[in-house]
Amino acid sequence: MADTMIEVKGLVKQYGPVTAVNGIDFSVGKGEVFGLLGPNGSGKTTTILMLLGLTEPTAGEVRVLGLDPARKPLSVKARVGYLPDQVGFYDGLTARENLAYIARLNGVPRAEASKRIDAGLERMGLADVADKPVKTFSRGMRQRLAVAELLLKRPQIIIMDEPTLGLDPDAARLFIRIIRELRDEGITILLSSHLLHQVQEVCDRVALFHRGRILAQGTVEELARQVLHGGYQVVLHVENGSAELESRLRDIPQVVQVRHDGPSQYVLEATADVRSEAAKAAVMAGGNLKALNVEVPDLDEIYARYFEGVDHAAA
Amino acid sequence: MQRPNTMPAARGRAREGSPWTGMWAVVAKDMADHLSSARMLILELLILATAVGTVYVALQNLRQSPGNDPFIFLRLFTTAQEPLPAFVGFLSFLVPLVAITLAFDAVNGEFSQRTLSRVLSQPIYRDALLAGKFLAGLFTLALVLAAIWLLIIGLGILGLGVPPSGEEVARLLLFLLVSIFYGGVWLALALLFSIVFRQSATAALASIAVWLFFMVFWSILAGLLARAIMPVDSPTVQAVLDQVALTQALERISPNTLFVEATIGLLYPSTRSFGLVLPVQLQRAVLGAPLPLGESVMLIWPHLTGLIAATIVLFAVAYVLFQRQEIRA
Repeated sequence: MADTMIEVKGLVKQYGPVTAVNGIDFSVGKGEVFGLLGPNGSGKTTTILMLLGLTEPTAGEVRVLGLDPARKPLSVKARVGYLPDQVGFYDGLTARENLAYIARLNGVPRAEASKRIDAGLERMGLADVADKPVKTFSRGMRQRLAVAELLLKRPQIIIMDEPTLGLDPDAARLFIRIIRELRDEGITILLSSHLLHQVQEVCDRVALFHRGRILAQGTVEELARQVLHGGYQVVLHVENGSAELESRLRDIPQVVQVRHDGPSQYVLEATADVRSEAAKAAVMAGGNLKALNVEVPDLDEIYARYFEGVDHAAA
Repeated sequence: MQRPNTMPAARGRAREGSPWTGMWAVVAKDMADHLSSARMLILELLILATAVGTVYVALQNLRQSPGNDPFIFLRLFTTAQEPLPAFVGFLSFLVPLVAITLAFDAVNGEFSQRTLSRVLSQPIYRDALLAGKFLAGLFTLALVLAAIWLLIIGLGILGLGVPPSGEEVARLLLFLLVSIFYGGVWLALALLFSIVFRQSATAALASIAVWLFFMVFWSILAGLLARAIMPVDSPTVQAVLDQVALTQALERISPNTLFVEATIGLLYPSTRSFGLVLPVQLQRAVLGAPLPLGESVMLIWPHLTGLIAATIVLFAVAYVLFQRQEIRA
C-alpha cells in the first residue's frame, strides 16, 4: 500500500524474563485515527516507544513512513510527533521558551520557529499565557501546550499515549475535538487509551491489547460483530408477553440471540437495528409494547465481554 | 533518506546523521539554566567572597614584605594568613562543590520533570543530550572560574601597582586550565550519579560522599594501606623510600591530590619534585631558583593528563549507562 504510514509485523519486546509485547501485527493508513486499547501493562506504551525508536525491539519489524525507527531514528523522529503519557515541561521556563528549545532541537531556524510558536500557541488558546512560567499551568493547559509543541515540526504522524488521562471532562472533550481537527488536516494519529468511550468517539480503527498481544482489531462495528456476535442490542418492554412473542422475535433474520431479562423485558442481540421488526413482532404476538430501545455497540461492552471471554478461556 | 531500506544490507551498523545534532541547543539551554539558577548564584557569591577576602589578605602581606619577588602575582593566589587559607586552598574544595551542584540532577531531573521522553522524541541522539549537559556544566564552570581569575588579577594590578609578567600570565592560565579540568572530574562523577540514581537527592549525597572521602579520608587511608602493603621490616633507606613512594602513588588516585600538586608545581616555580628529594638530585641545583615554565609544565603534565583521563573514563561509563537506560519511568 502506498499510503501505509505505520506497519508492524511480528513485533516482540522482552525486558529480561518479562515479555511486554508478544508478536503483534497492525498497520495504520494515511489520515486514520488508530486506537491502541487495553488495560495498563498490556504493552501499549512499549509498542509506542518501539515505533519511535526509543526502545529497540527484541524481534519483528517496524516501519514508520517506510523507515526503520531503530536504524533511521532521526528521520522518523523529525516526522513523527510524540505526546507521552505524562507530559512534562521545564517548569521554570515560560511556554514560549519551552517551545523555543524544542524548535532548536528540531533545527527550525529562529525566525521560522518564532512564527510557528506564535501560531501554535494561538491555535491552542494559550497566546495570552505564552510568557508565563509553565509551573502555573493546569494539566489541560500543559496538554494543549504539548500539542502546540507537536505542531512545531509539522508532523505527518502524531502518536499520543493516554492523551486524555487525568483531564477533567471539559478539557477531555476539548482535547478530543483537537484530535479530530488534526485528523481533518490529514495527520495520521495513533493513540493509546484505556478510556473506552473516548477512543470510540475518535478512532477509525481500534486494536485490543491484552498481555502483549492484539486480540482483535478493526472498526468499532467490526469488533462488535466479532465479539458481541451482533453488535446491536434491542431492549423491548412488553407486558403480557408469551412464548409466541419469543419465537417471533427469534424468527427475525438479523437476530442472533434473545434473552428474557425480568418479567417483561426482552433483550435482542442483532447484527442490525431491528427495532421496527421487533415492534411488529410484539404487536403480532398480542403483546402490550411499552418501550423499545436500541443500544449502539459500545466499546465498554466489547471490552468487558472480550476480556470476560479471554479470562474464562485462560482459566 | 526517504528510500525504505528493503535490502538487508541497508541495516548496517552505521547510524544515520551526526550524533551531535542538537547538542548546541542543549548546551545553550542548560547554560542559561545554570547561570540563572539560585543555587549557582549562591555558589558564585561564595567564591567571590573567598576570592576578595583571600586576595585582600594576600595584598596586605605582600605590601609588608620587600618587593623583589619576580612571581608576585602568583603569591596573590597562594599567600595564606592564619586563620584564612590561600585562595588555591579554597578552590580545591569549592570547585568540586560547584561541579557537583551543576550536574547532580542533570539526567534524573529530566526524568522527574518528565521532560526526558519528550526531548528524546525530538530528532536528536542521546549522545547530544548527555554531551550537551556535560559541556554546559564545563562551560559554566569555566566561565565562573575565568571571571574570578580576571577579578583577582585586576585587584592585583590595582593593589600592587605593577602588571603581571608574561610568564606569570602563562602560569596562571595553566592554573586556570587545571582548575577547570579538576572540576571536569567532579562534573563527570555527578553526571554519572545523576544517571545511576533516579532521585536527585541521592545523587547529590553520593557525589558529596565521594568528595568528602577524597578530601578527608583518602590521604589517611593511603598511609595506612602503604604501611600494610609494604611494611618497613628492615630499617634500610630503600624500604622507607619505597613505602613513601607507594603512599604517594596511592594518594594520587585522589583528584584533590592531583590538583593540589599541579597547583604547587605551577604557582611555586621553584618546585622541582613532589616526592622526597635526595641530595643526589640536588647536585648542581641552585636552591630556590625557579624552574623555567617548560620544566614546570613537564612536572605537572602527568597530573593534568590524569585529571583529563579520569574525566573521560567517568564520562564514558555515564555514556554507556545512559545509552542502555530505558526511557519509561
